[in-house]
Amino acid sequence: MKNRKQLLETIIHGIFLVLGLITVGCVLIISIYLVISGIPAIREIGLVDFLFGKKWASTAAEPSYGILPFILTSVYGTAGAIVIGVPIGFMTAVYLAKLANPKVKSVVQGAVSLLAGIPSVVYGLVGMLTLVPAIRILFHVPDGASLLAAIIVLAVMILPSIINVSMTALEAVPKEYEDASLALGATPVETYFRVSVPAAKSGIAAAVVLGVGRAIGEAMAIMMVAGNAPNMPSLFQSVRFLTTAVSSEMSYAADGSLQKQALFSIALVLFLFIMLINATLNFFLKRSKEN
Amino acid sequence: MQNKTISKQRKAYIALMRGLMGISIVLTCALVLFLIGYVLAKGIPNISWELLSTAPSYLSDRIGILPDILNTVYIIFTTLLIVLPLGVGAAIYLTEYAKNKKVVAVIEYAAETLSGIPSIIYGLVGMLIFFQLFGMQTSLLAGSLTLAIMNLPTVMRTTQESLKTVPQSYREGAFGLGAGKWRVIRTVVLPGCIDGVITGCILSIGRILGESAALLFTAGFAHSLNGFFEGLQSSGATLTVALYVYAKENGEFEVAFAIAAILMVLTVFINLSATLVGKYFKNRRNI
Repeated sequence: MKNRKQLLETIIHGIFLVLGLITVGCVLIISIYLVISGIPAIREIGLVDFLFGKKWASTAAEPSYGILPFILTSVYGTAGAIVIGVPIGFMTAVYLAKLANPKVKSVVQGAVSLLAGIPSVVYGLVGMLTLVPAIRILFHVPDGASLLAAIIVLAVMILPSIINVSMTALEAVPKEYEDASLALGATPVETYFRVSVPAAKSGIAAAVVLGVGRAIGEAMAIMMVAGNAPNMPSLFQSVRFLTTAVSSEMSYAADGSLQKQALFSIALVLFLFIMLINATLNFFLKRSKEN
Repeated sequence: MQNKTISKQRKAYIALMRGLMGISIVLTCALVLFLIGYVLAKGIPNISWELLSTAPSYLSDRIGILPDILNTVYIIFTTLLIVLPLGVGAAIYLTEYAKNKKVVAVIEYAAETLSGIPSIIYGLVGMLIFFQLFGMQTSLLAGSLTLAIMNLPTVMRTTQESLKTVPQSYREGAFGLGAGKWRVIRTVVLPGCIDGVITGCILSIGRILGESAALLFTAGFAHSLNGFFEGLQSSGATLTVALYVYAKENGEFEVAFAIAAILMVLTVFINLSATLVGKYFKNRRNI
């Protein structure tokens, strides 16, 4: 009787162990599959030609597979979104965490979480019909579907992550720090910006890095507003990001062709970017916890 | 009184910071209001009973989104069915069984990595794995499996959080009465994490509803009307994918906005229920 019970416990322990290890398995499988399917094309094209080639013409008679335009577009697009989105998100977070009265806070927080929940295709749709024509008219360019449109959409989409993570960090600042500063004669606003913000800087850095990750990984919204021509990045030109490069040709690239394999290689490059960003994020989160 | 002692420079600094905060908060709120107002104003007039209750037909030149609605429901149901046991099980392992700190760290790091991977990569890898390895076709089932991996960290985290709030003394009490570990988990721990599971479900539903990039290559974009089991094996678009296809490929903006309005209302509803559920369980716990 006792043995049977022990056996049962062991089996159940084993089942839960397997369930616990599933996440690890998933990460391993995803990494391995991306590497295996991404390497062949890079081998055939050559790493330098692939990463630093300036021309992408996968369907031309003499195809050329250079993804520098995509890499640069992703970097510039993300940087642009950060430049616009972070100051707005950061200021909103400071206000909500420190100055807002509870009612205002709960209403705005609700609005922010709604912003986070809106599907990316809805952002894309609204951007396509408001932002794109607005850019065309305002800047007198032939087509408004451009890097600028993508940057603005991305800036809006990363706002919730930046606001929420910065707020959590700001709220975790010990009350004593602020009290000490107030007692020394600093006004509340001075205290929040010169004491609370520096104390929460790791958490705020984590918010920025999370925003970078969101922006670099977004595909569908950008697909609808960036125009998707494989140009070198320029603010008012139609551009293609790493993510949209994968999704725009995936549906028609023939199985086993070099074109399709090159798309997997792009995904691998994107994945490496994301892993790098995740590692940075973890670094800041850990430091923020230690503080 | 106090203001007199503050120098002009400091006053300017304070005014500047206040101004910037004011602008940011107004901008954020205006953005949300604009998005909701614009989508609802453009979408609601286009929602009709015919749109909601029929399948698209070229013969009668009609667009209906009933198949897309059904596909969305099927995918949500199937994904939750797969992800709940996995996520809850993983969370139970982490909080109840795992003794080795390194194993816990590795699992948690893996979960964080999973939640950082963009959906387009899930779509791609899902396509590779489920098609090549398991010989599947573009189907709702392949889509659900992909989304299950995607939502695993969410369910795991919410369950873990709620397991942490189950008092240690409950477990000790049950052990003291002679219950085995499995019995303690079944009778004491599992009922305690129900709020985490429900929150995880709601968050996952929100994410599945909004997902498009991961589904495009795994679940496809057909609009045919299917029953549940038939649907699982055939290609089908969810509402979000349908929105994308109608807006980007077909230029049918009226339908796209109608779907966007439906999605917007659902998003509001999901957010509200997440907040309410959170409050309900918090109150119950405090009693």
